[in-house]
Amino acid sequence: MASPTHAALAHDDAPPELRHHFPDLAKQREASSLGMWVFLVTEVLFFGGMFLAYAIYRETHRRAFEGASNLLDLKLGATNTIVLIVSSLTMALAVWASGRSRKNATVLFLVLTMLLGATFLGIKYVEYKQKFERHEVPGPHFVVPQDEETHQPLPRQSEMFFSLYFCMTGLHAIHMIIGLGLVSWLVVRARRGEFSERYNTPVDMVGLYWHFVDIIWIYLFPLLYLLGRHTL
Amino acid sequence: MSTSEPVPAVRPARPDYLNASYGVRSWLLTSDHKRIAILYLITVTFFFAIGGVAAALVRLELLTPAGDVFQAETYNKIFTTHGIMMVFFFLIPAIPAVLGNFLVPLMIGAKDLAFPRINLLSWYLLVIGGLIALWALIHGGLDTGWTFYTPYSTVYSNGWVVVTAVGIFIAGFSSILTGLNFIVTLHTMRAPGMTWTRMPLFCWGMYATAIIQILGTPVIAITLLLVGAERLFHLGIFDPAQGGDPVLFQHLFWFYSHPAVYIMILPAMAVISELVTAFSRKPIFGYKFIAGSSIAIAALSFLVWGHHMFVSGQSVYAGLVFSILSFMVAIPSAIKVFNWTATLYKGSVSYQTPLLYALGFIGLFTFGGLTGLFLASLGLDIHVHDTYFIVAHFHYIMVGGTIMAYLGGMHYWWPKISGKLYPEYWSRVSAWVIFIGFNLTFFPQFIVGYLGMPRRYHQYPEEFQVLNVMSTAGASILGIGYLIPLVYFIWSMRYGKDAADNPWGATGLEWQTPSPPPTENFVETPVVSGRPYDYATGREEVALG
Amino acid sequence: MHFLPEEASSFAGHVDALYLFLILVTAFFSLLIGTLVVVFAIRYRRKSPDEIATDVHESGALEIIWTVIPFGLTIVMFFWGASVYFRITRPPTNAIDVYVTAKQWMWKLQHADGHREMNELHVPIGQPVRLTMASEDVIHSFYVPAFRFKRDVVPGRFSVAWFQATKPGKYHLFCAEYCGTRHSNMIGWVYAMTPADYQAWLAGGNPGESLAAAGAKRFVENACNTCHGDVPGARGPSLAGVYGHAVRLSNGQTVIADEAYLRESIVNPQAKLVAGYPTIMPTFQGLIGEEGLLQLIAYIKSLSPPAPAGAAAASPAPAPAPTPERKASRP
Repeated sequence: MASPTHAALAHDDAPPELRHHFPDLAKQREASSLGMWVFLVTEVLFFGGMFLAYAIYRETHRRAFEGASNLLDLKLGATNTIVLIVSSLTMALAVWASGRSRKNATVLFLVLTMLLGATFLGIKYVEYKQKFERHEVPGPHFVVPQDEETHQPLPRQSEMFFSLYFCMTGLHAIHMIIGLGLVSWLVVRARRGEFSERYNTPVDMVGLYWHFVDIIWIYLFPLLYLLGRHTL
Repeated sequence: MSTSEPVPAVRPARPDYLNASYGVRSWLLTSDHKRIAILYLITVTFFFAIGGVAAALVRLELLTPAGDVFQAETYNKIFTTHGIMMVFFFLIPAIPAVLGNFLVPLMIGAKDLAFPRINLLSWYLLVIGGLIALWALIHGGLDTGWTFYTPYSTVYSNGWVVVTAVGIFIAGFSSILTGLNFIVTLHTMRAPGMTWTRMPLFCWGMYATAIIQILGTPVIAITLLLVGAERLFHLGIFDPAQGGDPVLFQHLFWFYSHPAVYIMILPAMAVISELVTAFSRKPIFGYKFIAGSSIAIAALSFLVWGHHMFVSGQSVYAGLVFSILSFMVAIPSAIKVFNWTATLYKGSVSYQTPLLYALGFIGLFTFGGLTGLFLASLGLDIHVHDTYFIVAHFHYIMVGGTIMAYLGGMHYWWPKISGKLYPEYWSRVSAWVIFIGFNLTFFPQFIVGYLGMPRRYHQYPEEFQVLNVMSTAGASILGIGYLIPLVYFIWSMRYGKDAADNPWGATGLEWQTPSPPPTENFVETPVVSGRPYDYATGREEVALG
Repeated sequence: MHFLPEEASSFAGHVDALYLFLILVTAFFSLLIGTLVVVFAIRYRRKSPDEIATDVHESGALEIIWTVIPFGLTIVMFFWGASVYFRITRPPTNAIDVYVTAKQWMWKLQHADGHREMNELHVPIGQPVRLTMASEDVIHSFYVPAFRFKRDVVPGRFSVAWFQATKPGKYHLFCAEYCGTRHSNMIGWVYAMTPADYQAWLAGGNPGESLAAAGAKRFVENACNTCHGDVPGARGPSLAGVYGHAVRLSNGQTVIADEAYLRESIVNPQAKLVAGYPTIMPTFQGLIGEEGLLQLIAYIKSLSPPAPAGAAAASPAPAPAPTPERKASRP
């Protein structure tokens, strides 16, 4: 059923980026790209478990969740959303520039992406700090917060809202930190001039990851900050 | 290594993946899928041994009705160790990570998996995760059972829940990355001419398994993370005292852990499809139906998790939906069994050891699968849920199914993996010892389960003793049965006869390369020109290769 | 040696009939496959090393046959299993109530008249017994093999289930859901007695305070009566006659006030607020134990006149039972 041919090309004149087990760069890129998409599918399910828990508890403890949701800082959250969307733009520009062998533009856009990512984490830090100061962090020091309108204490399941808030945004922040690490690795490689029209797969792949992390936030923001909010 | 050189006829001169380089470093830093498969083989054998010792201790305690060998606390830790080691560190990685790793590139004519370094990373993750879990289980102890039900695991247990969960979490990423690697490899690395319908059924099985691995495993990972976080920070997501719902944990847990059963059995079915056709020397009956049923099982596996909660108080209507969907999974499984049986019809059947295991698998899997119908039946499940009936059922699938297939596959491909032949006489003896020991161990458990003995009982009423003694007796036979292959496989590496490239006269690209294969797998990339398992017409062409 | 446990409840026979049917199917297919495998393996054994098999590898008709037959069989099993399940979950109308509190590692059982038992339950035969179960810690499962009866007891909610014993005797009570160190010691006995013996048992011993009376005391202790005092203009709704009837909620929905709803309204009052009342009730989660909750609910139930139809509607298990079968289940 099979016969050997000369499909196995010697790699003497192969480009340096080509790994030995791929016949050509196009195949290698196809594999990397498919691999990244499959990985992102697993990430969707990874976050999916918490989205499910949030959806269920938001329904069973609606008042607690809406009241607690009102306590989040909408301005900081909205700012962060804009920061992340802009960072996606700069990331997309970095992919575009690297694919056109524009080394300086690639480095510039990657550094901008990193700055925006760091800004996001900085703002997140400010938000977390507020929560600590107000004893809104679940655990032994948690104090059941008051409803902003009625000034009555919220139902105690508001603690669960904050549990899920910290789990979901915390996991997202970990993904952001990993993303920053990946982008800084790209900066080093881009400065060495490793990306060109022929080969920019790593920039492309990290770009996909970065957009994915953004999209997670695009879901987190309305779910945690906006849904059921009655004060601005 | 130059690829244009002709293959030398004299064996010692022939470079293969085993003698390509020497030293511990050359193994621990390898990116060769075949070497990584060997690393996995050693690793899962180690974890299997730990789980097996725990099983022996469980059976020892259950010899008598009174809890007289171990304290209750110790007994609970032992059965937890057995479950966690066997499920997460043996059954899930066993066939995909050992045989799948070794064979998928060979079978599709590729030089390696798509991501060799990620493949090595997966092995490290399994080892690290496994050692962390093992350390937690032995040093700290864990008494939650492998299911981690809340709120016992999050609030009441004194065991090392968090550390064990971290170990399983890490190993979970090993499984995800292996699945990812297989999917990408099967999509992009197939040799010229190898269309999807010319792909060996083993690869179809691996593909279906990989789908479950990438879709299911992240859910158990996040669930265990939440259990750990809840225990450390008192988050209350599953704690009823804070408004959480313990049954939500069960939903999330079984959303992975039921499909995980198919991570364990689909690769086994994939192995059997290869064995049956090779030892009947006949194309597999109903190729497309066997391939399609693997995908159908993978898809349906995600829709049946609720049958673990028929008595937990979920709504009657949810129960009905999960019940009928669970019945539906039986149909693709039945299709496979019938097609394997039909493959034997008018075959040229050779009773070599791998076939003995395959036939044992067909019998035990048929029986084990049919007893699954008892559990899908709503009214009946209420009685047998959480009894020894269910213990017997899943051991028929996991031990009678997966381990039989794993051993059958190990015997079938051992000449390819090691380049040596195992002793045929002893291998037949061990196949029979395992078959008999297995049935004696687990068949009585169906009866004692229907009589009402709950699982995870340290001591039990006296009327259940006779059946438990039978079970323990069977377990000791089974244990010996597993030791024999371990001994002769190791023995054969040194003293075994050299294996021919294609000792079984089988089709498949893996048999057209030397035993053991060279590092690059194929001297020249093969081109596939016909359907798989073409015993009638394809043999002359094979000889050309 | 026995292969079946005793059949001592109204649905044990139905479960066993389904079990025997499934055993027949299993035996038939196991033998069929086993025989075919052995016969083929012997009949078509390889006779010479170079032998090539006949190329038979496809048959659309066979594939259809062995897809359709298992499909048909599983559909039969599904409907049979579901009908037995409905029989088990369909709430009875004339049940006696028993309240169960599970904790590591014991069963505490209370009868409506105040009789308390530990790891032992006395029930009459021929009359349905309705269990309202709560757990104080982890998940347990109330399992009586002779009754083919099992139900998880999940903390944070009531599990309501029922059985009807048919044969006097002493039967195992097991905890079937792993609950910690002494899980296998969380066992006991169920005594099924003739009605006369049961009455004699009830008469003996000192029942103490009835459950509803204990609940009435708690109602006052926790100052529930200050708001739910059943006077015009009270801050909370009156509880008289509420059990088993529809309640209109502040969000416009309607719920039936069953045990689960009453429990939720005590521990999480804001979750489903009755229309027209302010959100002033504090939560009693953690302040009233599971036994206290069971007593309070027994008290609230005692404020409602017994209405068989209402009681049926109030049970959490839906009752889409076809009428003829409902008649059959009555003693």
